[in-house]
Amino acid sequence: MKNDKITLAHGSGGKLTHDLVKQLFLPRFNNKALSQLGDSAILDIHGMRIAFTTDSFVVKPLFFPGGDIGTLAVNGTINDIAVVGAEPMFLSAGFIIEEGFELSLLEKVVNSMKEAAALASVEIVTGDTKVVERGSVDGLYINTCGIGVVNDEINLSISAIEPGDKIIISGTIGDHGMAVLSERESLGFTPSIKSDCSPLSSMIKKLLASGVHIKFMRDPTRGGLATTLNEIVNAQKYGIVFEEHTIPINDGVRALCEILGYDPLYIANEGKVVIVVSSCDADKVCGILKEDILGKDAAIVGEVVPEPVGKVCLKTVIGGTRVIDMLVGDQLPRIC
Amino acid sequence: MKYIDEFRNGTIAINLSRKIADLVRERDTITLMEVCGSHTMNIYRYGLKKLLPSNIRLLSGPGCPVCVTPTSYIDTAIAISQKYSQEVLITTFGDLFRAPGSTSSLEREKARGASVIVVYSTLDALEVAKNNAGKKVVFLGIGFETTTPTIAASMIEAEKRNLTNYFVLTSHKVMPPVMEALLRDKELNLDGFLCPAHVSTIIGSKPYEFIARDFHIPCVIAGFEPLDILQGIYMLLEQITRKESSVRIQYSRVAKCNGNPTALALLDRVFEPCDAEWRGLGIIPGSGLKLRSHYERFDARTVFQISDFGFQINSEIRSPIQSGTQSATNGCICGDILRGVKLPADCKLFGKVCNPEHPVGACMVSSEGTCAAWYKYGEN
Repeated sequence: MKNDKITLAHGSGGKLTHDLVKQLFLPRFNNKALSQLGDSAILDIHGMRIAFTTDSFVVKPLFFPGGDIGTLAVNGTINDIAVVGAEPMFLSAGFIIEEGFELSLLEKVVNSMKEAAALASVEIVTGDTKVVERGSVDGLYINTCGIGVVNDEINLSISAIEPGDKIIISGTIGDHGMAVLSERESLGFTPSIKSDCSPLSSMIKKLLASGVHIKFMRDPTRGGLATTLNEIVNAQKYGIVFEEHTIPINDGVRALCEILGYDPLYIANEGKVVIVVSSCDADKVCGILKEDILGKDAAIVGEVVPEPVGKVCLKTVIGGTRVIDMLVGDQLPRIC
Repeated sequence: MKYIDEFRNGTIAINLSRKIADLVRERDTITLMEVCGSHTMNIYRYGLKKLLPSNIRLLSGPGCPVCVTPTSYIDTAIAISQKYSQEVLITTFGDLFRAPGSTSSLEREKARGASVIVVYSTLDALEVAKNNAGKKVVFLGIGFETTTPTIAASMIEAEKRNLTNYFVLTSHKVMPPVMEALLRDKELNLDGFLCPAHVSTIIGSKPYEFIARDFHIPCVIAGFEPLDILQGIYMLLEQITRKESSVRIQYSRVAKCNGNPTALALLDRVFEPCDAEWRGLGIIPGSGLKLRSHYERFDARTVFQISDFGFQINSEIRSPIQSGTQSATNGCICGDILRGVKLPADCKLFGKVCNPEHPVGACMVSSEGTCAAWYKYGEN
């Protein structure tokens, strides 16, 4: 069975998404900035390094515990700029609205965007509005772009990573994905699981100003921590080993994952950053993160290792080892 | 007590693995089979095989409900979605979504426009029926004794709510007859069964007693957590080394001797035993459940006149289980893998043309399938 149509799995952020990017988009748009496949492209414009990113938000439901499509759009874009070491400054917002959508809901979303932008000191400076026939979109989609400036002394690169470096996650995993899923499917868990949707820019700014030797950062959104770690080792001459018992996770998220048969390592986050740092600075980075409310559960979870090359391995809680691969499609709830 | 960490304690796991090693030191190979998809998955997920001595061989039997669902069933579901595309909504549990039929899967059909909705429970499917009164809603009813009571309950509830647009495409299976078929298989020399956890919470321990009594094979009903599985293995080995055979319950916090009488009553009210086709294994007498006459109006096969599309006897179907049985898909050795006589690595398709992206056999589709577990957890 060969794929001749796009399936939902192509949008899951896993292997099929990567294949689409590498086989369809990359060869055609071919250029140096894109080929880095960073969260933002870094552009050299008249001697200034500008981080430039875009993202589209199609979350369902539009409102969920801990945020809505508006906060997600602003924070998601801010985070994509922040993790490449840039300071986010300006955003765009394009709205694709379904005919018949409640104006009061749109107002609520726009207010959320206003507050989220103010909180992170960014401005939404340009935008667009399109309305399409009922049924053509599901309520409301938002597309954003964002730009920021990379300071001269910052130079993060996946190629700087070497064996011995430590892997840090800034907090609990899986909160956003399980909050949205729980709300969408009306699973009725109490207390409800709250999305971690938040802007990481101020915490990352503090971190970068502290002089620690950070090699690389990425926000583990769609596809979760496992996908991000796989992206880090992909086509590199090292691997990653991480330890299950060190990974921070909220009880509610873990319980819901257990019930549905989901692996929290693959669940989306919207307010977390994975940091690869020199071993000697790992504790310091953790300490700085923990001073911030968004980084209070930060933990060193793993290490870059010379072998096995290009693979991510997990040491399980009972002492076994398994390979953590990139997910092929969406995770599906199990029958029993 | 959170019932998670306590059963994943690394120190206790190491101690148990030492006790297991002591028990079987200098013994010939002992072959144990688990017949539960969640056992298979957790054995790989926690790397349990590395904690066991080399003379213990763990085989994964036909315990994954998606993996044993015949190709013709998927074909039938797809045929309904195509032929009645204007009037039908297909509802299904998630795992079945990607399972390959002869030429397509529900996932692909959805991309081509079929109405397929993944639900989390049969009650969700009833809600879909309620909210889409103008459509006929078909629930894909597969699975073992664990899930079948909830499907029975959905039909009773639909009757109570007077929902006339809810139907079930049934392919339900029961576990003890396939275990008997495996024991009669001369190629397999089993020393013990790790009996499924959730199936046993419904049926209890009595349905396995014939295995211990007539075949002299010890059985232990074990839970899913790593320590449950290790302790279950230890309890099996204790019996094997003492040359005893009985049915014992490790998962006593949930599974009871008499099972769950309420769920069993639901099953008996709606379903009656029948012969059933198992993917790669053929037809096994008495191993399925069909709707009793009172509930036949829920039967999607009757409503949708699909005899042209599926359930013709194909080369896949043989009885009793025969050596070298292949699935309908050429080259796939799903059947031999489900019987535990071959490993995924023995299949020339494994990891090459058959991978989670393009699964050829159902063992690669479900997260509980042996091939998927091998692929995902790095045995490839």
